[in-house]
Amino acid sequence: MAAIADTPVLYVRTAPAEQLLPPPASSGLIGWLRANLFSSFGNTVLTLACAALILWAVPPLLRFLFIDAVWSGPDREVCLASPAHPEPGACWAFVRVWLSYFIYGFYPIPARWRVDVFFAALAFGIGWLAWLSAPRRDLGAVYVFIVLPVLSVVLLYGFPAIGLPAVPTNLWGGVLVTIVVATVGIVASLPIGILLALGRRSELPAVRWLAIGFIEFVRGVPLITVLFMASVMLPLFVPQQIEPDKLLRALIGVALFASAYMAEVVRGGLAAVPRGQYEAARALALTYWPMMGLVILPQALRVTLPNIVNTFIGLFKDTTLVFVIGIFDFLRTIEAARGDPKWATPVTATTGYAFAALFYFVFCYGMSRYARSVEARLSRSDRR
Amino acid sequence: MKRIATALSLALLLAFSAQKTAWAQTLQTVKQRGQLICGANGTLAGFGLPDPQGNWTGFDVDFCRAIAAAIFNDPSKVKFVPLTPANRFTALQSGEVDVLSRNTTWTMSRDTTLGLDFAAVTFFDGQGFMVHKSLKVSSALELNDASVCVQQGTTTELNLADYFRSHHMALKTVTFATADEAVKAYDSGRCDSYTTDSSGLYGERLRLTSPNDNIVLPEIISKEPLSPAVRQGDDSWEDLVRWTHEAMLDAEELGVTKSNVDEQLKSANPEIRRLLGVEGQFGQSLGLTNDWAYRIIKYIGNYGESFDRNVGENSPLKIARGLNALWTKGGLQYGLPVR
Repeated sequence: MAAIADTPVLYVRTAPAEQLLPPPASSGLIGWLRANLFSSFGNTVLTLACAALILWAVPPLLRFLFIDAVWSGPDREVCLASPAHPEPGACWAFVRVWLSYFIYGFYPIPARWRVDVFFAALAFGIGWLAWLSAPRRDLGAVYVFIVLPVLSVVLLYGFPAIGLPAVPTNLWGGVLVTIVVATVGIVASLPIGILLALGRRSELPAVRWLAIGFIEFVRGVPLITVLFMASVMLPLFVPQQIEPDKLLRALIGVALFASAYMAEVVRGGLAAVPRGQYEAARALALTYWPMMGLVILPQALRVTLPNIVNTFIGLFKDTTLVFVIGIFDFLRTIEAARGDPKWATPVTATTGYAFAALFYFVFCYGMSRYARSVEARLSRSDRR
Repeated sequence: MKRIATALSLALLLAFSAQKTAWAQTLQTVKQRGQLICGANGTLAGFGLPDPQGNWTGFDVDFCRAIAAAIFNDPSKVKFVPLTPANRFTALQSGEVDVLSRNTTWTMSRDTTLGLDFAAVTFFDGQGFMVHKSLKVSSALELNDASVCVQQGTTTELNLADYFRSHHMALKTVTFATADEAVKAYDSGRCDSYTTDSSGLYGERLRLTSPNDNIVLPEIISKEPLSPAVRQGDDSWEDLVRWTHEAMLDAEELGVTKSNVDEQLKSANPEIRRLLGVEGQFGQSLGLTNDWAYRIIKYIGNYGESFDRNVGENSPLKIARGLNALWTKGGLQYGLPVR
C-alpha cells in the first residue's frame, strides 16, 4: 500500500492549471463592445445610428458653445462675424455682462448680499436634509420647514425694524424668483399633497368630497389659467387697498396646483401598499395617524419616490409660466436681455437660451440623480 | 327680500362711488404714496427694458420719470411694473398702475370700450419695411413682385396684403409663426424684405449677420400711434399726463434743453417764461408747483433729447425721427401752447 502511496498519481495535478485568458472576442474592450453594443443585428444598427447622430450633433455644438465662443468683451462688436472670426460662436460675453440681472432681477444692488445669504442658507438646509447620514436631521427639518421660511422672508422682503430696508417683490427677478417659486411649490406641495391624498381615501364623506373636489378642480384647469385668474381677475374683485402681492398670488397658485398633482401621486403610493399592512397596523392597536405615519406612508412614499421627483422636476420647469403675469423669472430675464440693442447679434438669443438650458439641466439632473441614489438606498431592504 | 335687495344695491352703489372717488384723485393718491406706479414693457429695446444693473431704460420709461419729476422733483420716485400685452389694461383698470406707458396703440375701440383714456401720442409708429441693400430699392413702391417675410396671423400680415393690393403690386408673402423665425429667414436671404412695426424693425436689424447691409425704407404703411393711457374718469390726472408730453415738445421747439434750462430761466421769451413757470400759475392749475416743466426738462430733457437718447441717433437703434419730428420740421409732433 505504501508503494502505491509513494508512486505519483499521474492523472492528478499537483499544481493548478495555468489560467487561460478568455477568448479575446469575449473580454476586454472588444468583449464589452460585443456584449453591450453589437450583440445582435438590431443593436448594431442602433449603435451605428446613435454614433452617427452623436458625430453629427456634438462637434458643431461644442464648436458653438466653446471653441468659437466669445468669452469677454465690452459690447456686441466682439460677437459679430469678422474676418478673423468668420463663424461666431456663443456670445458668453453677453451672459457675463447680464449675469447679475439674470440672478437678481431688479433687486437693489446694495441689498443683493441678502439674496446671496438666502441662497447659502437654502443650500445649507437642502444639504442637511438631503445628506442622509448627516447629524441631527430632525433639527435640519425644523430648520428647513420653520427657521428657513421666516429667515427668507426677513432677508428677501426686508424687516426695517432690524435695519433691512423693505424690497417689494416687484423688484425680485431672475434665478431668485425661479428658486423661490420652485422651493415654495416643492416644500408646500408635499405636505399638502399628502394630506389631500389621505383626505381622498378618508372614510369621512365631507373630508373625502372636499379633497376630491379640490383635486379635480385644480387638475382640470391649466396652470396658466390659475395664474391668469390670480393676476387679472382677483384685483378686479378686491378693493385697491388690500390687493395681495403679485408674487404671493403666483406662489399660492403654484403651490395649490402642485399639491393637487402631488396628491394623486401619493394616492397611487397609498393604493400600492397591501391591505394586510393596514390590517396588521390596526391589529397592533395603532390609531389612524400613527398607522399612517409609521406604517403606511413610509412604504407608500418609497414606492412613489420616482413620481414625486418627477412632479418636482415638472414644477421646477413650470415656474417659467409666471412670466404671463409679468413676473420676471430666470427665463424671462434672458428674454428681456436678448432685446438689448447693445448686445443684439445673430447669436445673442441662441446663447441666452443655451445658458437657460444649461441652468435648468443642472438643477433637474441634480434632482433626478439624487432621487436615484435615494431609491438605490431604500431598495436595499427589498434585496435582502 | 325687497329690503335685502335695496340694501345690497345701496352697498354696491356705495362701493362703486367709493371706487370712483378713489380714481378721481389719482394725483392725491400718488402724492400720498410718495411714488408713481407706471406700467411698462420690460422687454422692448428702446422703449422699456432693464439694463444689466436692473435699472429701467427706454422712451416710455423716461416718460414716467418725467411725470415723477414734475410731481416730486425726483425722477426716481417711480415704481415700474412690467406688464404683458394680455394684462396691461386690467392692471390699469384695477388701479395696479397709475399710468400705462407701454407702447400701446391708441385705437377707437380701446378708447371707447376699455374704460381708459389716452393722453397724447408720444410716438407715431407704423409698419415699415427692411430690405437688403443689394436689392437697390429706395422706396416700398419699388417692391413689386418682392417676397416679404412676415409673422403669421398679425395685423402686420393684413396691412402688408392691403398695401400691395392698393398699389397694384404683386406680393409673395412668406409667413412664420414667430418674429424670430421670420427675421432669421430674411437674414438667410429667403425673402427680399422683412416687415414689422418700424420701432421693432431697427432693433431686429441689429440681430442680422451684417446690419449695415440692410436698410429700412422710409414708407410707413399703417398707423400705430403709441400713447400713454390713464383710467377714464380722472380728467385732471389725464391733463397732467398729457401736459407732461406737451411740455417736453414745447421745450424742444423753444430750444430749451437739459443743459441750458437753468440759463433759459432768465430768458425774455414769454413762451419760455410761461413754460418754465417764471410767469403765470400754470403748474398750480395742474395741482403741481409752477416749476413743473422746469423739473421735467432738468431731469429728463426735452422730447428730442429723450427720443435721441433712447431710440434715436444717440442710441444703438438709430430710429429716424420721421413722423416724430416737430411739426416745424415736417413731422407730426405739435406742442400745444402753455398759456
